[in-house]
Amino acid sequence: MAGPSDIAPRAPLTARVNQALRRVPAWTLYIVGAGWGGWLFWLAATGGLGVEPIEALEHRYGELALQLMVAGLAVTPLRQHLGLNLMPFRRAIGVLCIFYVVAHFLVWAVLDVQRVAAIWADIVERPYVTIGMAAFLMLIPLGLTSNDWAVRRLGGLRWRKLHRLVYPAAVLGALHYVWLAKGFQVEPLVYLLAILGLLALRIRRGRARVAG
Amino acid sequence: MARRYTSDLTWDDVTPKALYMNRRQIMSGAGAMLGAGLIGGAAQAQGALEPNSWEEITTYNNYYEFGTRKEDPARNAHTLTTSPWEIVIDGMVDNPGTYSFEEIVAGQTIEERIYRFRCVEAWSMVIPWNGFELADLLERVGVQDGARYVAFETALRPDEMPGVRLPVLDWPYREGLRLDEAMHPLTIMATGIYGETIPNQNGAPIRLVVPWKYGFKSIKSIVRITLTDEQPHATWNATQPDEYGFYSNVNPNVNHPRWSQATERRIGGGLFASRQDTLMFNGYEAEVAALYEGMDLAEFF
Repeated sequence: MAGPSDIAPRAPLTARVNQALRRVPAWTLYIVGAGWGGWLFWLAATGGLGVEPIEALEHRYGELALQLMVAGLAVTPLRQHLGLNLMPFRRAIGVLCIFYVVAHFLVWAVLDVQRVAAIWADIVERPYVTIGMAAFLMLIPLGLTSNDWAVRRLGGLRWRKLHRLVYPAAVLGALHYVWLAKGFQVEPLVYLLAILGLLALRIRRGRARVAG
Repeated sequence: MARRYTSDLTWDDVTPKALYMNRRQIMSGAGAMLGAGLIGGAAQAQGALEPNSWEEITTYNNYYEFGTRKEDPARNAHTLTTSPWEIVIDGMVDNPGTYSFEEIVAGQTIEERIYRFRCVEAWSMVIPWNGFELADLLERVGVQDGARYVAFETALRPDEMPGVRLPVLDWPYREGLRLDEAMHPLTIMATGIYGETIPNQNGAPIRLVVPWKYGFKSIKSIVRITLTDEQPHATWNATQPDEYGFYSNVNPNVNHPRWSQATERRIGGGLFASRQDTLMFNGYEAEVAALYEGMDLAEFF
């Protein structure tokens, strides 16, 4: 852990931001994050998301999951490269990401596809759904072990190994979005590039560590 | 064509204007659920096929020239200059030339056609179009012997269409029909919706409507019509031939590779609406099935 004295002379701005962030308890993120999901649902139910609320809500939840995935993957590089410490919020970001993946899945299955046979057929026959489901399944154990008890139970090393599943899950999640778009669309590619970029930073760092 | 098409839907099926214009206000109010229930009941009493509201038809659009999100066309299409408007009619016709919009519609009988509209993305609406039969226009310009297809082209105006700055599709948007499809009495050139001038986001000032085909065949804002003896270039078909066929007839038995076409979601049902079964040829089987007699519709999808 870097103490405040290490950071202050190097980057006064990030130090000040870090100091301010330390006063924000992580649980506020859960309240805001989950509350936003509920607010979107209310909007969808009352006409606030346009004339096709099912598709709108499904996409909003899916995009939020991807945005939180990008945010979660950015925590480590931001600390290493800019000295910005978002570590206290990483768990909340990750848990909220899974929260929105579950919400996205439920809207898709219950409100959109609606029939069990059709849900199963989509998962088996449609590759973009298959990889989306694969990403979802990979995230489930990560969600279940995002608590102090599980970390103690698994031990730091095994816990970190397990949580490397987030890397393939993130790539599959982004591909899921790219694949379902019609024509050449920019937005899904932005998420894919952001995720690949954040993973590339880790590979470089890993190599540097091995070489050093 | 032996007889003109007569819609089995009438003005009685159309929601009263006050109702379709006000539905939004009622929907967005605090009593959304209650309001939706009341409107639903009133509309149900008027017949099974209730046209979608003006708001639904004009705010949920696929018109990639103005952006790929459903709300983009309503937001961006106001920049399109629709007057003056010209259409080049060329190829195998007796009277080729550049026709103004006024010349095109002069002498045409503008009719009300309440059609189902089924998007390839598996959503649908019912739209009360105003327009005239394409056959009437083609007869006026004189189709020459040997012409077998009709090609259409959408305007391409980078200054007015923010979406075309990106290569989402190979612009300009193009579509085509076989001549017998084009001459079918169901096929219309639409210039209005609900008796109003067609909004830009819906393809102003003039668009094609082919109700038994997926929506993307019904090309918008047409600037060129070409009669030809070769199957014309069709944008989606050329972009992903395994996903979008040249024919693209609505067919619940032939799935899109990435999603099922067996069911559809009718726009306007809200968050808890049920899917409904997609009909063969979008419900126009009696009128158009003969066009495809002997064809394997799974091969020519």
